[in-house]
Amino acid sequence: MAATDISKITEKSEWQDLTVGNQIYGSGTSKAFHTGEWRTQTPVFAADKCKQCLLCVPVCPDSSIPVEDCKRQDFDYEHCKGCGICAKVCPFNAISMKEGQ
Amino acid sequence: MAIRERLSGNEAISFAIKQVNPDVMPAFPITPSTEIPQYVANYIANGEMDTDFIPVESEHSSMSATIGASAAGARALTATSSCGLALMWEELYVAASNRLPLALCLVNRALSGPININCDHSDSMGARDTGFIQIYAENNQEVYDNFIQAYRISEHKDVRLPIMICQDGFITSHAVENIELLEDDKVKNFVGEYEPENYLLNAEQPMAVGPYAVSNYYMETKMAQNTAMENAKQVILDVGKEFGEISGRSYGFFEEYRLEDADYAFVIIGSAAGTSKDAVDRLRDQGMKVGLLKLRVFRPFPDEEIAKALSHCKAVAIMDRCEGFRSKGGPLGAEVKAALYDYAKNVTAFNLIYGLGGRDFTVEEAENIFKELAGYIEEGKPFEEYRYVGLRGESFSITRTKSN
Amino acid sequence: MSYNFKQEMNKPERLAPGHRMCAGCGGTIAVRAVLRALHEGDKAVIGNATGCLEVSTFMYPYTAYEDSYIHNAFENAGATMSGVETAYNVLKRKGKIDDTYKFITFGGDGGTYDIGLQSLSGAMERNHDFVYVCYDNGAYMNTGIQRSSATPMYADTTTTPVGSQSNGKMQNRKDLATILAAHDIPYVGQSTLLGNFKDIHTKAEKAIYTEGAAFLNIMAPCPRGWRYPTEDIMEICRLGVETCYWPLFEVDHGKWILNYEPKKKLPIEDFLRPQGRFKHLFKKGNEDLIVQFQEEVDRRWEDLLYRCARD
Repeated sequence: MAATDISKITEKSEWQDLTVGNQIYGSGTSKAFHTGEWRTQTPVFAADKCKQCLLCVPVCPDSSIPVEDCKRQDFDYEHCKGCGICAKVCPFNAISMKEGQ
Repeated sequence: MAIRERLSGNEAISFAIKQVNPDVMPAFPITPSTEIPQYVANYIANGEMDTDFIPVESEHSSMSATIGASAAGARALTATSSCGLALMWEELYVAASNRLPLALCLVNRALSGPININCDHSDSMGARDTGFIQIYAENNQEVYDNFIQAYRISEHKDVRLPIMICQDGFITSHAVENIELLEDDKVKNFVGEYEPENYLLNAEQPMAVGPYAVSNYYMETKMAQNTAMENAKQVILDVGKEFGEISGRSYGFFEEYRLEDADYAFVIIGSAAGTSKDAVDRLRDQGMKVGLLKLRVFRPFPDEEIAKALSHCKAVAIMDRCEGFRSKGGPLGAEVKAALYDYAKNVTAFNLIYGLGGRDFTVEEAENIFKELAGYIEEGKPFEEYRYVGLRGESFSITRTKSN
Repeated sequence: MSYNFKQEMNKPERLAPGHRMCAGCGGTIAVRAVLRALHEGDKAVIGNATGCLEVSTFMYPYTAYEDSYIHNAFENAGATMSGVETAYNVLKRKGKIDDTYKFITFGGDGGTYDIGLQSLSGAMERNHDFVYVCYDNGAYMNTGIQRSSATPMYADTTTTPVGSQSNGKMQNRKDLATILAAHDIPYVGQSTLLGNFKDIHTKAEKAIYTEGAAFLNIMAPCPRGWRYPTEDIMEICRLGVETCYWPLFEVDHGKWILNYEPKKKLPIEDFLRPQGRFKHLFKKGNEDLIVQFQEEVDRRWEDLLYRCARD
């Protein structure tokens, strides 16, 4: 069985299709689970105000502020839970929180 | 040529460990298994093996570290007894559900309290439902042979379960007997290298072990474990046969001693089988058709095979070296009776308790029990079931007569 | 080990999103910060005691870890990683593996200060080459905010509830970093989530790359248990440090080093006031409780200053 492909393992899988000892071979498979649905408020990124200081990056509990070439990108809304820590630490008001998803 | 030696059970299993030369051994001292880590530490100290020994601070930690080492990709083992096994209880389940083929050298000893350092099977019997394979020995030769076979069984791809190699505390662990050892290279070839498919330290692919699994996965996980345990039956038989080819000593689920035509039989585990064989021989000399089934493999439980081996008997005494506190005998009694119910209803079976906390069990006591079985069947005499053999004072029992 | 913040932020992420920790969780911020200190190219095995972090980051079949990971049970993260690290040494010696691995294990304060203390102590005393990281949120948050020996005095928890006859927890918190320092291990550090994360990063890097056993104690607030708005976490951590409730220090090969001394030590009320678990302390008539709390903070701070000045 494709033990590295977790898409084959679901709550409907038969017992012989689960991995031996519930071991998972591979990494970061949690990305397939979208916690973005939990949000009750949503951070909005204003690229024009952003000075790329990156102070918002390490405070995210959900690794939802991707960085490429030392520049932050827009939020990973598939996973952001909307806690608002990033908006609070931004010195340039480049992140605002809006109600809802 | 086999090497002739005189060793105690602890020396024998330690010598086997040296020959197998596993990767990691965490252990914590507890009587009567303490000698095993001592001997291993000595072998390491003198460069006779290159296992890493971890002198952990408790038995819970010894099984925890064994699990960590095994998951990392190492061949790992530990040793313990009694309360040490009780302290690692939680971890026994974890090792089995993670499907880690590690070994546990158990020297059976009574559980506290009162604190007692002598043999009974309350420690391993309590752990019978943890998912470990359990193999028992009558003497030091069997302890040695069982350990040599251990990883071949537990690491088999159809099994991948932890294994417990049990011997009786002091009686086997400390008594010196003649033994035949195999040459190092023979052992090495027989056991082979451990090459796990997936492990934490596999640079090609990371692995995650020990998840939280919701109800939708838990039962399926248990069925996978249970199927592996069922698979272990054939593997145990195959490995036991193959071991016979290199040693001249083959092993199955149990030994049948003069059982073939026996009317009355014992079902018994461990060193007291030796005592009982003497009783069988004496009674056979007197013309009584008696025999014995010495159970070697308790997990997986060979129920059908046991029942078939006993099916021609008129009555059997199932001898438990463990109390079950259900006021109806011990675990061996319950399981063998269930097997007889399924496969050999005609056999009358009684369950007795003996040898708790190291209490002597004598040839005379064994003889008397055989005679009582015959008295019950042939003369309709009552049989006091569930009693303690060798107890001072009247024992709790259920009187069974042929009419009821 | 100079700290280039932007380069550090540019590193590949080692804790993937999609885990089930609460919104605003301090635990995962701490985990990300520690894992970031691993050098690129070095492999790692991450361990974990049972707790919020474990049940949320490895819920079958979803692992949030990019590296290998092992969870065993609640009280044995130290022993489990001892086995992994020993296996690494043996397999490397026997030529079965050749990559470089580092070993980091995480436990909450319940799994570290309390039920896992023996296993941790044993592993540290044996000087296994791994880092044990306690993400200290001061209670058993996974089971619903029960007090632990890391819970500060007077905190309202579900097993030390505030009531007509109770002001919350009656005992001071255990000073675990000092207990670990007394093990004479190569490195102990205490940190929290601050500014550009230089303090926690530097300590994590030292802990990971110092040979032998290392311990990090990281204050990682829990918005649910501490009862503050999720977005305020960084301010809460800052106040913990500025009030000297949570001093930043390290014990490097036996030498005590104070990493930060506030220019003006803030009163403990500043740390307590934003947290709902201390709300009762601000009721009229409870002023003496805050005085007592302050006295304990002062006593510990003076003690730390003494240790650091001596070395």
